[in-house]
Amino acid sequence: MQYMILNYTPATEYPDGDAVRAAAEGELWGAYTRALVEAGVLVGGNALHPPHAATTLRVRDEARDIQDGPYAASKEQLGGYYIIDVPDLDAALAFAALNPAAASGAVEIRPVVARDPA
Amino acid sequence: MSAEAEIERVARLAYGRLVATLAARTGSVSAAADALSEALVRALETWPLRGVPERPEAWLAAVARNLAADAGRRARVATAAVDHLVLLEEERADMGEAATPDRILSLMFVCAHPAIDARMRTPLMLQLVLGLDARRMAGAFLVPPGTLGQRLTRARAKIEAARIGFALPAADDLAPRLAHVLDAVYAAYTVGADGDGAGDAKASSLAREAVWLARLLAAQMPRAAEAQGLLALLLYGEARRPARTDAAGRFVPLAEQDAVRWNAGLVAEADLAMARAAAAPSLGRYQLEAAIQAAHMDRRHARPTNWTAIAGLYRGLVALHPTTGAKVGLAAALAEAGDTAASLAALDAIDPAHAAGYQPFWAVRAHALRLAGDRTGSAAAYNRAIALTADPAVRSFLVGRKAGLGA
Repeated sequence: MQYMILNYTPATEYPDGDAVRAAAEGELWGAYTRALVEAGVLVGGNALHPPHAATTLRVRDEARDIQDGPYAASKEQLGGYYIIDVPDLDAALAFAALNPAAASGAVEIRPVVARDPA
Repeated sequence: MSAEAEIERVARLAYGRLVATLAARTGSVSAAADALSEALVRALETWPLRGVPERPEAWLAAVARNLAADAGRRARVATAAVDHLVLLEEERADMGEAATPDRILSLMFVCAHPAIDARMRTPLMLQLVLGLDARRMAGAFLVPPGTLGQRLTRARAKIEAARIGFALPAADDLAPRLAHVLDAVYAAYTVGADGDGAGDAKASSLAREAVWLARLLAAQMPRAAEAQGLLALLLYGEARRPARTDAAGRFVPLAEQDAVRWNAGLVAEADLAMARAAAAPSLGRYQLEAAIQAAHMDRRHARPTNWTAIAGLYRGLVALHPTTGAKVGLAAALAEAGDTAASLAALDAIDPAHAAGYQPFWAVRAHALRLAGDRTGSAAAYNRAIALTADPAVRSFLVGRKAGLGA
């Protein structure tokens, strides 16, 4: 069973791409990523540039409406995600609880729809 | 308990075991619950006429499977074919193996999982463990049946989509998870017990379902002091139910109840649960609340109620679990213990926003002001309490008290 762990960090925490890169390789996030690898549960994931680099697009009546910024503006912003493969929600929650964003912001755990239902 | 009620109890027990068993095996709750709900309705129609089958689980499983397989003709065929199906079912080796109370315990932990909307944990538990349908529960939860049904469907879908596991929580996570389970069972009881005085048969049967769940929890977790405390709390309340109204149907407050009318068997069972809790006590709200109720039971032995001790227990409860109900309970105990000033001070310390619509606050305030000699203030508080009382028996009791002021 795969789950996506979405990292919501305070918008001010990682102001630019360099800060994100440094953080991803830094002690906190690096250790978390290594823990997922060593547990054999990591399927994938990425860190994202901060929200100011985001563009939001809507197509209405075949016209593009393009806006600067993230889809939802809030105190915490989607800063990256992991995909993990674990037996059930409790296992996913156990790994999500170690995510640095859980302490500074919030993490969302979403089950990934299986392509071939078990 | 009437024959119908007994049949209902047996059917529900079988239902809960089956949902637990099927869900634990497949991880799918919804399909099993839907078919089994219909099978339960059939059982409640058929068993009073034909008697409870020797193997209720097998009967329900067979009917459920038949309902699912042949939706078109299900109404007639299901019950007619069932005796044959039961025979086939009895040959299934796996039936006996799985239908154990610990599976139901797992299911209760799933229903009260923190990932489930807190408001839905109690209805979900009543539906999946005991087979109650949304129509029957909706009134007690003050939600339209359609809305409750949708929320239950959504909650069941989440159990499957997010794959909430059926393994019991690990030791270090057990206490907080158990607290959610206990809260959900207690909510089923209060939603039931509150409606009882008003003659709401549906609600009081919810209280009995809650007692059943609490018994199962206490039996399965003998060393969990809070589970024992919850069972004791509910049983003390149930034991006093017959004494809550007099022969004329009038409400009788606890302090004036005839202790002879308390159910001695339930009191003994509650005392036993308290003794188990005392073997490995943990600081917890349900043990404190049960201890308060146990202290009220002293009157059975012709001992006066020790209100000072009860006030002390309430102080502990307020420190641990500062609800408006606990604070009002403390004020009531202080008034009975003779400390009217402290009682009124405790009431004044309660957030007016929480007190405004809370009937016990006004009833206790009226009582404390009467003891303090403030007849005008007391009458005004009685008026507030009367306006907030839905139960006619309690309302006429309060009207009588107010008239007794002579103000």
